[in-house]
Order: sequence, then structure tokens, then C-alpha cells
Amino acid sequence: MIVYIIRRLLWLPVLLIAVSFLTFALGLHGPGDPCQVRLGQHVNPEALARCRHQEGLDRPLATQYLDYVRKALHGDFGLSLKYQGQPVGRLIAKRLWVTVQLNAVALGLGMAVGIPLGVIAALKANSWLDYAIVAVGVAGVSLPTFTIAPILSWFLAVRLHLLPTGGWDGIFSTKIIMPALVLASGVVTVFVRQTRANMLEEIEQDYVRTARAKGLRERAVILDHALRNALTPLFTIFGLLAGGLVGGSFITELIFGIPGIGRLAFEAFFARDYPVITALTLVTATSYAMASLLVDIGYSFLDPRIGRE
Amino acid sequence: MEGRGEWKVPSRWDNWLGFWRRFARNRLAVMGLILALSMFVVGIFAPWLAPHSYREQNLDAVEQPPSWTYPLGTDELGRDQLSRLIWGARTAVIVASTVTFLWVVIGVLMGSLAGYLGGWMETIIMRLADILFAFPGLLLAMLISATIQPRIEAWMKGIALLRSFVRAGYAEFFVVIFALSLGGWGGMARLVRGQILSIKEEGFVLAARAIGVPTWRVIWRHILPNALPPIVVSVSMGMGGAITAEVTLSFLGIGIQPPTPSWGAMIFDNYTFWRRSFPVAFRLLWLPGLIIAALRFAFNFLGDGLNEALSPGR
Repeated sequence: MIVYIIRRLLWLPVLLIAVSFLTFALGLHGPGDPCQVRLGQHVNPEALARCRHQEGLDRPLATQYLDYVRKALHGDFGLSLKYQGQPVGRLIAKRLWVTVQLNAVALGLGMAVGIPLGVIAALKANSWLDYAIVAVGVAGVSLPTFTIAPILSWFLAVRLHLLPTGGWDGIFSTKIIMPALVLASGVVTVFVRQTRANMLEEIEQDYVRTARAKGLRERAVILDHALRNALTPLFTIFGLLAGGLVGGSFITELIFGIPGIGRLAFEAFFARDYPVITALTLVTATSYAMASLLVDIGYSFLDPRIGRE
Repeated sequence: MEGRGEWKVPSRWDNWLGFWRRFARNRLAVMGLILALSMFVVGIFAPWLAPHSYREQNLDAVEQPPSWTYPLGTDELGRDQLSRLIWGARTAVIVASTVTFLWVVIGVLMGSLAGYLGGWMETIIMRLADILFAFPGLLLAMLISATIQPRIEAWMKGIALLRSFVRAGYAEFFVVIFALSLGGWGGMARLVRGQILSIKEEGFVLAARAIGVPTWRVIWRHILPNALPPIVVSVSMGMGGAITAEVTLSFLGIGIQPPTPSWGAMIFDNYTFWRRSFPVAFRLLWLPGLIIAALRFAFNFLGDGLNEALSPGR
């Protein structure tokens, strides 16, 4: 297992180098010169050259890349071009915190609803209740954000005046309810499906029959024995969702006007704000890689069979 | 049959018939199949089905409610909403089928090479898939669209054969397709590799190799057919995902550019209407969204149905 963990750990820097190189290379081929963007189209060539020199855009590419990596390791991603003078690192950190809060609420909500529903569906397998839960689950994953967001907004905000239409005031404001619901709808489905499938498999196992045979109450058999084993694989999904949601709340943030990194990415792309774009891609890819690394390592503790081969 | 003491090897036709019977038992899956097929029909025959042009603006009839001339009314610019929805299906069909085709071809090729050959080939392919997997798909697609799109268009204009294609506004299709398939094949490659690793150990593969069947033929004729069910299922599911991805990109204004109609761009353009009265919001904003949702339903149920029908033992 130690060898497995070390192998996984060694893979991380390779992945990060590849990711940073790819973002750097794509950024170079962008159609807009960041200095041109900042100074406007009708600028005298001298000022442009000075700006390019200041930004280090006239140096050899290899030097620029190494410099970029060295600074990134210190958390320095340069200055934003659009938000004049703001360090990209701080900009992203501020926006990332908003996205993390929103996603944590959505993930919690999705799990709190999804796992119990999945267990119920498995216990009542092939009954109308099971079909209803599965159907609602499929609906959750089939409804894209841009379908349910306007419909929810229309009913809850315009018709019933229950909730505000958008904005951000932290997690204790009513403004978070709608975006969290929209985000959670996809998460619920994943948890319902997985919990149901895992439970169905566990109920058939010999140890469940043994537990029943020795006279345990059904409640204890399900909750203490079957559920515990059914939840272990969910750990993986939790980790991957946590890593992936950071890039997944794009549309929700845009529609509900939430100042998270999804919206930051959108604004940065249209402003050709390269430092922000590359840093964002790097941060998102890194967070995903870290999440899947932690999941794999954590999983090898939870299920010692992993990594033995 | 057993009573008469004879047993017939089931023909290919019998196998298909059995598969269809199992599939037809699942009504939701059949409905999904019908919906998915109708999307293809509408998309392919869009120029003949649409009552109006998708770009023709009638400025005397802006934001009209449904009428005989405009069955679903008109949008802000006086364009027929029904025709735009129909042409949007064409965009969805082109992008989704090409993306899925590329996913499958690249994924199956890479996955079978990795799974069958193993060694350093496997390491390189699977690590490459890992790297592309770590990128959030949307961001990678955005990054590609925003950075190398002009280059690709310029390159395509340089080739005489493709020039008229670019002029017709199809170049952005290529960029979207490229961006979406670049990140997508990894999942398919993993799936195929896993399948092949387990099938490779079966007796019939050993037998085929022992009598000297060439490697490509072992993979193509002996291993892949047995790995087919999960591939077919993930193609069906992936199709729904590809449609959503195209819609998401064009919603963000990064994919298909106006005036080419795409459901995503239609939702974005009409987004200001969501506060208006129910019929206006429904026609212009909810309808494209509900069509996408219905198609995703369809492909999900279709995938579930195929899964059941293709693995009768389980």
C-alpha cells in the first residue's frame, strides 16, 4: 500500500507540469496581445514595446514558462489585466471562497437528500416508490441549469415573491437557496443512483443473511451492516464531485450573479485576461488532481484490497 | 427443441430479434429511442421542415404571439421561433454525432491499444487520458475556443476544399467539436481498456492467439465484440452529454456563433424575457431548455434500456 501511495504522489508533479505547460502554450496562441488589450488599439509602438518589456512578453518562451512556473509555486500569478493592478492570486482566492461555499452547501444538500432516498429505493426495489425515486433522479440529472434556473426563478421570485432573483450575501442569506437547489439537483441524482446500486448489491451478501439469521432487528441489519459497506464507494464520488464542482458551477454562477470563479473565468475570457485564465485553469485542474489523489489514498485505507495487486 | 433432441446455433438474426424483444419490454427506453430518432430526423431535414428561414427578420412582427404564420411566435428580432428551434436541432445533431463519433473512434483505439499491448504504450496513453481528465471540460473547451480558434479558421481557409465550408459558417463547428472531443475520449479509453483487460484472459482469446491470428484481428473480431455492450451504452449516454456540452458552450457565447441557431444561444439571447408573462417566457426561454431536457431524458433512458437488453444474464 505504501508503494501505491508513493506512486500516486509521484504522479502529481508530472500531472501539474503537463497541465501548466498546456495552459501556458494555449495562452501564447491567443489572438489578443495582453498589452494591446490594455493599451487599446491606437497606441504608439514605443509604448507597446515598453509594456511588452515590462510584462516580460519579449523574452524567449522557455524563460517565460520557467518564470511562470517558479512564480506560480509561490502563489504569484502576476497582475490581472482587466482588474487593473490586482494580484491574480488574491482575486482568485476571493472568488474561489465564494464558489467553495456555494458548492459545499449544494453538496451537503445533495447528500442529505440523495443517500436516504437511495437507501429507500433499494429497500423497496421494483415498487412504485422505487420507480418514482429513480424517475425523480433521472429528472434531476436531465434538467440542465439553463432549463430549471429560469423556471424556478419565474415561480419562486416573480410569481410567489418568495426568494430574491440573484446575488450573493454569504451562505446565511436567502439568496443562496435557489442556486444551491439548482446545483444540488444534479448531485442528488448521483447519490441516489450510487447508493441504490450499492445497497442492492450489499443486501444480497452473505454477511447480511448471517446478521438476519442471528436475529438482529432489520433496522440494525440495514443501518449498521449493509449501509456502512454501501457508503464506502460513495467516498470516491464525494471526492470527485468536490473537485469537479469547482468547475461545474459555471452556469449557475452566471445566471444567479454569484461572484465565484465560474463568473471570473467568463469575464476573464472575454477580456483576454491571460494571467487570470491560465491561473484559473491551473487552480481548477490542480484542485481536481488533489481531490482524486486524496480520494485514492483515503480509499486505500477504507478498502485495504485496493493497491494490493 | 430439447425434446426433439436437436439444437440449432442461434443465427445473427435470432440474436437481434431476442435483443429487440428484451429492449421493447422497457417502454421508457422505446420512448427514448423514438425521441432520439425524431431529433435526428428533424435535424437532417431542417431545411425542408422549417416554415421560415432561421435568420430572416420580420421587423413588422417583433415578439409576436403564436399565429398561423408563426406557430410559436417570433423573437425580439422578428425571427420565427419554430424555425429557429428546428434549425437548432440541426446544430445539435451535427455537433453531437461528430463529437460522439470521435470520442468512440479515438477512445476505442486508444483503449484497446492500452489494454491489449500494455507496457509503456499503456502508461503513455492512460497518463495522457489522466491529464486531459484533470482539466474541467468546460474550461478546456473555453480555453481552446478563445485561443486557437482564429488559427484553425485561417488554416482551413488556406485549403481550397474547405474554404466554402468556412464561408458557410461551419468553421466554428470544427472548433467546438475539436474542443469537446479532445477532453472526452479519456473516459471511453478507460472503459475499453478495463473491458479488454478482463476479456484478454479468456480462453477463446488464448486459443485465437495460439493458432496464430494476427493481433489486430484478435482485437477486432474476438475482443471488441465482447466489449461492445458497455461501449454502446456509454455512446447513448455520451450523446446526451455532448448535446448539453454544445448548448452550454453556445450559451456562454463561445461555441456556435450567431446567426447560426443553437438552443444554447437562443436561451442566452432570450434570457431577458424570464421576468415577462408566462407565455412569453415559455415560448422563448423555457421551450429550448425543455427540448434539451427531454433529449437528455431520452438518451438516459435509451442507455438504461440498451444496458438491460444487451446483458440479459444480469
